[in-house]
Amino acid sequence: MAHSLMQRVGGKDQVIAGLMLSPTVLAAIFFIYAFILWTVWLSLTRSTILPSNHFIGLANYHDLFGSSRWWRSLSNLGIFGGLYVAISMAIGLLLAILLDQRIRGERLFQVVFLYPMAISAVVTGVAWRWLLDPNFGVQAIVRSLGFTHFQFAWIDDPNFAIYTVVIAAVWQTSGFMMAIFLAGLRGISPDIVKAARIDGAGTLRIYRRVILPNLAPTFFVAFILSAGLAIKAFGLIIALTGGGPGYSTNVPTIFMYVFSFERGEMGVGAASALIMLAIMMVVVVPFVILDARRKV
Amino acid sequence: MGKLILQDIHKSYGKDEVLHGINIETGENQFLVLIGPSGCGKTTLLNIIAGLEQESGGDILLNDRRLNGLSPKDRDIAMVFQSYALYPSMTVRNNILFALENRKVPKAEREQILMDVARMLQIEHLLDRRPRQLSGGQQQRVAIGRAIARRPTLFLFDEPLSNLDAKLRVEMRSEIKRLHQQLQTSMVYVTHDQIEAMTMGDLIAVMNEGIIQQLGSPESIYNDPANRFVAGFMGSPSMNFLPVVPREETSGLCLRVAGAEGDGNLLPIPPKMQGALRSQLGRRITLGIRPEQITDPGSAREGEALHSIELDVELLEPTGPDTLVFTRLDGHSLVARVHPSTYLQIGSRCTLSFHMERAVFFDPENGSRLA
Amino acid sequence: MRRLPIYLLLTLAALFFLLPLYIMLVTSFKTMPEIYNQGILALPRQFDLYAWRHAWSGATIGASNQGIHPFFINSFELVIPAVIISTAIGAINGYILTHWRFRGANIIFYLLLLGTVFPFQIILLPMAWVQGKLHIAGTLIPGLVMVHIIYGLAFTTLFFRNYYVGIPHDLVRAARVDGAGFFRIFWRVMLPLSTPIIMVTAIWQFTMIWNNFLFGVVFTNSDQQPVTVAINDLVDTVTSVHMWNVDMAAALIAAIPTLVVYLLAGKYFVRGLTGGAVKG
Repeated sequence: MAHSLMQRVGGKDQVIAGLMLSPTVLAAIFFIYAFILWTVWLSLTRSTILPSNHFIGLANYHDLFGSSRWWRSLSNLGIFGGLYVAISMAIGLLLAILLDQRIRGERLFQVVFLYPMAISAVVTGVAWRWLLDPNFGVQAIVRSLGFTHFQFAWIDDPNFAIYTVVIAAVWQTSGFMMAIFLAGLRGISPDIVKAARIDGAGTLRIYRRVILPNLAPTFFVAFILSAGLAIKAFGLIIALTGGGPGYSTNVPTIFMYVFSFERGEMGVGAASALIMLAIMMVVVVPFVILDARRKV
Repeated sequence: MGKLILQDIHKSYGKDEVLHGINIETGENQFLVLIGPSGCGKTTLLNIIAGLEQESGGDILLNDRRLNGLSPKDRDIAMVFQSYALYPSMTVRNNILFALENRKVPKAEREQILMDVARMLQIEHLLDRRPRQLSGGQQQRVAIGRAIARRPTLFLFDEPLSNLDAKLRVEMRSEIKRLHQQLQTSMVYVTHDQIEAMTMGDLIAVMNEGIIQQLGSPESIYNDPANRFVAGFMGSPSMNFLPVVPREETSGLCLRVAGAEGDGNLLPIPPKMQGALRSQLGRRITLGIRPEQITDPGSAREGEALHSIELDVELLEPTGPDTLVFTRLDGHSLVARVHPSTYLQIGSRCTLSFHMERAVFFDPENGSRLA
Repeated sequence: MRRLPIYLLLTLAALFFLLPLYIMLVTSFKTMPEIYNQGILALPRQFDLYAWRHAWSGATIGASNQGIHPFFINSFELVIPAVIISTAIGAINGYILTHWRFRGANIIFYLLLLGTVFPFQIILLPMAWVQGKLHIAGTLIPGLVMVHIIYGLAFTTLFFRNYYVGIPHDLVRAARVDGAGFFRIFWRVMLPLSTPIIMVTAIWQFTMIWNNFLFGVVFTNSDQQPVTVAINDLVDTVTSVHMWNVDMAAALIAAIPTLVVYLLAGKYFVRGLTGGAVKG
């Protein structure tokens, strides 16, 4: 048997290769795919502080979607995610285009734009919490300039706190978007641009008609990555607002954490995690299919 | 010492069979060339000999030792790759020594071999460089040196010269041939370049679509092609193919070009082929005749009857040693090869002589040789 | 000066990106009275190191009042083994997936690719349970190290795979003919060519693991926590007065290792972000 296997796949080394790879494959199957199924099962049981095998059907989902906190988390994710993705991509693209104009000090600008990506989301949250503090931060700065009635206390306002999350998240990852768009711009053949120039197109027109359409795959990548970051955002919000005031800046990641590990409602926590996975799939998968179609 | 036998080698990828039963037997220390268009299976066959790919069926014997199932390192072979595949992180010295270290050759002996190889290939001054510091030709030498150092029973070459410029290619060609004579070791050489095949091979296997179309000496492949594919593939410019119909004339069996208007031209069939072609009377068959066999009158060897026809010169391509004449016989284009001193002008007429003794005939349906 | 607006915009953007770092730095060197009396943008009157000292070794975090330094050390104890192990395994995996391909290699590739996409919340509960069963729940080593290795493997493997795809397979074939086996080819042929991707992967893993908060907060108990979790605890600790200068000093301490790596080897960090994270 061993001999025939070796014959088939071409030598002892091939067997070694299979053996060396198998721990990772098994780990991926167990720790990712089996765990997902496990979470599916937990979401269907009366698991509270401890897991239980008491099957209760969709009751946890019923509880989940009956919870106003969960609905707030979802709508926050929609607001935060939509704004964050759009703004960070827009800033990233703008910065990339500006940097692509043969700028002196390009390296230095890049270093400055990208360093927030190297910093922990928690640190970012702490810094922006300080900067957005009404008594000391932006509001105080503007007031000290003479605009004594200037109001900027979003971080303490349940209706606006979620927008402070957008600001901090955009600050952290716009440079990342910039790097992706810049790589995309640099990947466009200079000959195409030269040809367009010879055809008499001006800079603006070249960008609109030649370069941006060629960046479609880059937009796609930037969207997937930023949407993923939005759905996964956790430490930043915890450190910035703690999910508050109240639960006005709760998002599914926080909801899942609180219900699973603080309130001992594991079944509901598992259900919320699965909805998160579903959201990720809904957002990411159509784009992957779209991309695959275009390549064919 | 070395004799390679391939018996009924098959190879499939899933349902796709790419090699349909390859049989080759070489003589002692022969230089075998595998040639064919890309996708014909020649590289797959080489990989199977090397043990880099697994055959789906058949046997590989080297000096009566069965190689099937052995990993490449146990086959006593060395290989030179098209991309040279020199280890970029190692110096030339270490590239050559790597295989010897793997085989645990004693250190003193390793150094001796290294020096011998370096001297043989004149790469002594390159030993401490890295591959990226070498020119293409130098990399090629090192790749060959790395193979020689192993002193294998069989050398495998996978299109080793195709990345070199034309001049270097000619040089390396004779160098490899010289090495073969010096080393007295079997070599299998894959190429798609028919000049390499003709000049280097003792034995040529012309492959197409996973089948050996013909296996034989360069002379037999060139002069006595087994089928239309081989006839058309070997030779540059390619052999002329004309649709002809044999018919009985008072002077004996003759050929008339198919579709010719009016009387057209008649080509005589040499007596030795008349027997074979008599059965094809009135049927459309393919005449194959190489450009150098349509040439100046007066180039006949003793006892050879030439058939001369006057034709229009459409285009001339002087290549130096001879001149190619593009013309037309009863509407079918034809290339002839004449001596450069022959005075010709485009648009004028010229007399060309057909060496019908050297013509070959094929079945137009399946390309098999008729005569 | 048609280009002036470009530089102006870029400079404004740069100021926006530098602003939080600036206010963190100046705040960390101020005394609390100074913070109350001066604007947030003002430079400190004298560089007071109290906040840094207190953040490092005196601040109360959870039940401990030793400052941030035990947690800073925890993060190193976490990051070093997790980076080395996940990078090493990723290198071998990438080598296998590109140069020892077999039937199903593509399925495994997609299996791992998906492993870089899904939200980690989906595995937290089963992992917590498994760690409990293994009696390593709440531990930094091996508990949290294990989590980071497992969920880093998909990334490291894909990084190396995408890099090794570009290394000509002829090298492996030549080495096999030259008599080298699986490990020898990896060690002598592949690894010497891998310096750039090892840098990219190790820096990526270092940054991701050091900065991670979710796994730390879920899988470790008080004194085992990594520095990110400790920072959050410190900032969250309800005291009568909020020590902004200490908060900022602690946050900076937590940010320094990854910032230093970024400034020294930013090229590799950017390549990880734009190349490996994207391709595949």
